[in-house]
Amino acid sequence: MTTVLDPTSERAPGTRERAKRPATLDGATIGLLDITKARGDVFLDRLAEQLETRGHTVLRFAKPTFTKPAPIDLRHEISTKCDVVIEALAD
Amino acid sequence: MQLTDGIVAIVKRDCPTCTLLAPVLAELRASYPGAVTVYSQDDPSFPESIGGALDDRELEVSFALELDTVPTLLRVEDGKEVARIVGWSQPEWIEFTGVDALGANLPPYRPGCGSRTQDPAIAAARATREGERDLRARRVDLGDEEDDAEAMFARGWSDGLPVVPPTPARVVRMLAGTTRGAQDIVAVIPPDLVECTVEKVAINAVMAGCLPEYLPVVLAAVEAACTDDFNMHGLLATTWFSGPVIVVNGPITRAIGMNSGINALGPGNRANATIGRALQLVIRNVGGGRPGEVDRATLGQPGKYTCCFAEHEDAFWEPMHVERGYQASQNTVTLFAGEGVRGIVDQISRTPESLTRSFAACLRTTAHPKLPLAFDAMLVITPDHLRVYEEAGWSKARFREEIGALLQIDGREMVRGASGIEEGIPESLAELTLPKFRDGGMLIAHAGGGAGLFSGIIGGWASGKMGSEPVTRELRS
Repeated sequence: MTTVLDPTSERAPGTRERAKRPATLDGATIGLLDITKARGDVFLDRLAEQLETRGHTVLRFAKPTFTKPAPIDLRHEISTKCDVVIEALAD
Repeated sequence: MQLTDGIVAIVKRDCPTCTLLAPVLAELRASYPGAVTVYSQDDPSFPESIGGALDDRELEVSFALELDTVPTLLRVEDGKEVARIVGWSQPEWIEFTGVDALGANLPPYRPGCGSRTQDPAIAAARATREGERDLRARRVDLGDEEDDAEAMFARGWSDGLPVVPPTPARVVRMLAGTTRGAQDIVAVIPPDLVECTVEKVAINAVMAGCLPEYLPVVLAAVEAACTDDFNMHGLLATTWFSGPVIVVNGPITRAIGMNSGINALGPGNRANATIGRALQLVIRNVGGGRPGEVDRATLGQPGKYTCCFAEHEDAFWEPMHVERGYQASQNTVTLFAGEGVRGIVDQISRTPESLTRSFAACLRTTAHPKLPLAFDAMLVITPDHLRVYEEAGWSKARFREEIGALLQIDGREMVRGASGIEEGIPESLAELTLPKFRDGGMLIAHAGGGAGLFSGIIGGWASGKMGSEPVTRELRS
């Protein structure tokens, strides 16, 4: 029998609990996160318009560059200010 | 280790001096007032004169005593060695044991033989066994009927090509390539942001096919890749073609036999091929960065299996690491986020002015001829082309200045719609003249065989703070 050493991070295949989905958006603050890919803002502008027409509070956020994960401060800010967040992907 | 008080002798049958002394050991047993304990390294039935010896064929006692020579004679008190002599010298043995007339019929002096612990193969095997005890990675037992090579694929540990199964013995030998501790943290590997030890890098280096002497290069490459500047996470995740390109500089490239000559960017050299592959396997296996998961490349390119080469340093232009602030004698890796390599043909130009214009025209097309500042590039200039600059006395700095001027592009040529092409820069930039490359956005390497009036361009990725900055790191032993 051959024994080999595990080349991976040895992390158990983790499953993450998803955040609870709200039953309604009434009174919710909705964050829109622009990842700064070209024309993502066009989509988000229209989305903001639609949400505001329906009386929702909308906050806008943007990543400094689409090539890197959102900075931790930005993620923290979104999580403290918003009840739900919509992130627009491009390509 | 607890030894029996009295005299302890370690012998082997394969040693002529030991066989000569067989009667002396019997005399000692008869006349010495305390215990006489004898260990045999190769045959416990030896010496027959005393009915055999204690079995030390596994050499546990001999290694613990750090023997060089047999026979070795110890005096032991309270379980500890207090004195030792080696070989055979009649007066010395008499004085050491206090037994008169030992070996009266023997020649007065005979040197001993090498202890079996000095056998290089045995010493290496023992070092491996000891090293294995220090490994921390999870051990995976393959099935009895399982093919080793297939097992690597089945567990998802391969880039698509066969890998060398990372047995503990192979990993121990790989770790001998560095003085760093096996549990030292090398870097935090994206995308899973996992702290990666020297041991984990060594495991993946074994799989990639590296020799131990390549390990310091692999470690430096992993360190450089996982900096915020280089941005391995983004480079992995991008839909663009690019992956890490490793340029190695310094004396180590000759010491480990890297290729900077014919086919430097191609196959055929073990160091070039496996160092680049080891970095990719670390990202895949430790970081969890797999194609189709976080690696979202639309097409990818074959250089993502491996892309590593040495620069040809004995040349008219200073090498890349010197240009980037290091001494020629320092060993470095420079990582560049590169797409595939493509060729520049110019077999006619014999003046630097003309050749530089050829280079500029081709470099301008990096990613798209109408996109300035967005993508970096590495120009790989070959010996036949560099000779043109050498003969004209153009330094590398002069070349940079001249090509920089040629790569200043009129905004009107690049705006959206110009040349009937919608891709391009916004109309508002039409009146500007813009450089193709940002400051520091064009790297120059020198490599290749001695025949061929061609050079190469390795296009980059989103440049600088927006994407990736080339990163140079010095190797540690």
